Amino acid sequence: MSLDEQTVRKVARLANIEIQDDDVDRIGTQLSGILQWVEQLGEVDTDNVEPLANVVNIDLHLREDEVTDGDCADKVLANAPEETQGFFVVPKVVEQEG
Amino acid sequence: MAKLIQGETGEWEIVIGMEVHAQVIAKSKLFSGASTQFGAEPNSQVSLVDAAMPGMLPVLNEYVVEQAVRTGLGLNSKINNVSVFERKNYFYPDLPQGYQISQYEHPIVGEGVIEIDLPDGTVKEIGITRLHLEQDAGKSMHDQHPTKSFVDLNRSGCALMEIVSEPDIRGPEEAAAYLSKLRMILRYLGTCDGNMEEGSMRADVNISVRKPGGPLGTRAEIKNVNSVKAVQQAIDYEVQRQIEIIEDGGEVDQETRLWDPNKGETRSMRSKEEAHDYRYFPDPDLLPLHVSNDQIENIRTTLPELPDQKKHRFMDDYGLSLYDASVLIAEQQRAEFYEDVANDNDAKLAANWVINELLGILNKNETKLSDSPITAEKLSGLIKLISDDTISGKIAKDVFADMYETGKAAADIVEEKGLKQVTDTGAIEAIVDEVIAENPDNVGAYKGGKDKLFGFFVGQVMKKTQGKANPAVVNELLKKKLG
Repeated sequence: MSLDEQTVRKVARLANIEIQDDDVDRIGTQLSGILQWVEQLGEVDTDNVEPLANVVNIDLHLREDEVTDGDCADKVLANAPEETQGFFVVPKVVEQEG
Repeated sequence: MAKLIQGETGEWEIVIGMEVHAQVIAKSKLFSGASTQFGAEPNSQVSLVDAAMPGMLPVLNEYVVEQAVRTGLGLNSKINNVSVFERKNYFYPDLPQGYQISQYEHPIVGEGVIEIDLPDGTVKEIGITRLHLEQDAGKSMHDQHPTKSFVDLNRSGCALMEIVSEPDIRGPEEAAAYLSKLRMILRYLGTCDGNMEEGSMRADVNISVRKPGGPLGTRAEIKNVNSVKAVQQAIDYEVQRQIEIIEDGGEVDQETRLWDPNKGETRSMRSKEEAHDYRYFPDPDLLPLHVSNDQIENIRTTLPELPDQKKHRFMDDYGLSLYDASVLIAEQQRAEFYEDVANDNDAKLAANWVINELLGILNKNETKLSDSPITAEKLSGLIKLISDDTISGKIAKDVFADMYETGKAAADIVEEKGLKQVTDTGAIEAIVDEVIAENPDNVGAYKGGKDKLFGFFVGQVMKKTQGKANPAVVNELLKKKLG
């Protein structure tokens, strides 16, 4: 499967990645290559085979409901480009949540 | 009975499905050990997992799983032995991971059904499609700065249950009844506090209109409806908007709209459909969640009597109407209060006093039942005095008002004020005779066929006894003497 320009631009937008116009062709070719490689898996017959979540026989680990973490606003905010009064500060965003 | 809306081209039927996000009552978050306490300093309840620092791994909270199963059982729903956490991908500043861990194809709870109680005294079943667990996002504030938004991640990663209904809801009243009943069930179960003001329960409303019985119309999803009243207003507005579009020859867009409570309108929120391209895939950091039948049965034994069970028991055991039973079960504490009063007294009389008098006056004074100056024991004492004819129902209302003011026991007030009902036939007879002697004209008219005057005589006797004469004795004597 080969990706057309429109699809490449859409994937970029969904990934929040800005791409230059003259990069679209090159990226499209690369992405197509990756897709073709993964599509080879389609050759394996998986009818009547349960999906495998992991290859070792372990169960999901759960934890007790206790407060054991948090109270480290300084660490959480350490890499914030901008902060005030304990808040992250970001360019204004209105009404475009996912 | 479904509410139909009259448009210019005939009647329209409203079709509604609801998605309710309920914050799970738990000490810590869904995948981290940070606290879920409301109202803390910004970013003080954020672990590095919640902040999505590279390399941090989510570890599932077992109590939240139990809460979700408990809720599923309370919604009479199928519990799925295997469920899967997936990533829902989108970008927003209050979602540091760039994806929300949610459940998609394999939710923890499947189909179920709850009963809703409608204002006209009927009951309707609303189907539950599913319940799944997911992470809450952080909170953005847009009004603190002209060009910046402030982000607090305290809420980020708190456990939410998204409860999805079938499109069985047919109008604003049913939507309100559904939301109220759902909140009631969650509170009974102790799985969500149902506090819509603090945002621990939030509703998205999917609304479409169609010709009665016709194919489903295109729906709009309304967000930000944060009270039962707002749900009703948003539906009323949105239904009119859609009918007008269709009747003018247009088409309703399938889109997300935002309810603006100040303007009383909904407005389009996102137009690009690719915003909905969430590219779900199983979270590689989390294995599938297994819940055994033994675990489910153990959790089942922890269920309290649920609102609908209580409602039916009140109707069966106490002979209450659906309406009275629905009012009394609305809060667990209220139901307990009622049972404390009813167990010592005539159950219907107890229901009348709790609903009409006590809840009436508490409501008027904006007082909570837990702060009521009249306890269940005291109200019970008052009703006993009515039942054993110590006081009449009319005097009882005065005693009740006094009790509410002073917090005194009914018997003490009756004693102090000398309000005991006169049941002594001799004493009442003397007064009846007096009234007859003082009103010869009316006696004549009554005997001449003006039956309605009987009430006048009763009233006169009551006036002379300050309301203390036993009404049954008064009636009987008057009938005999005037007869």
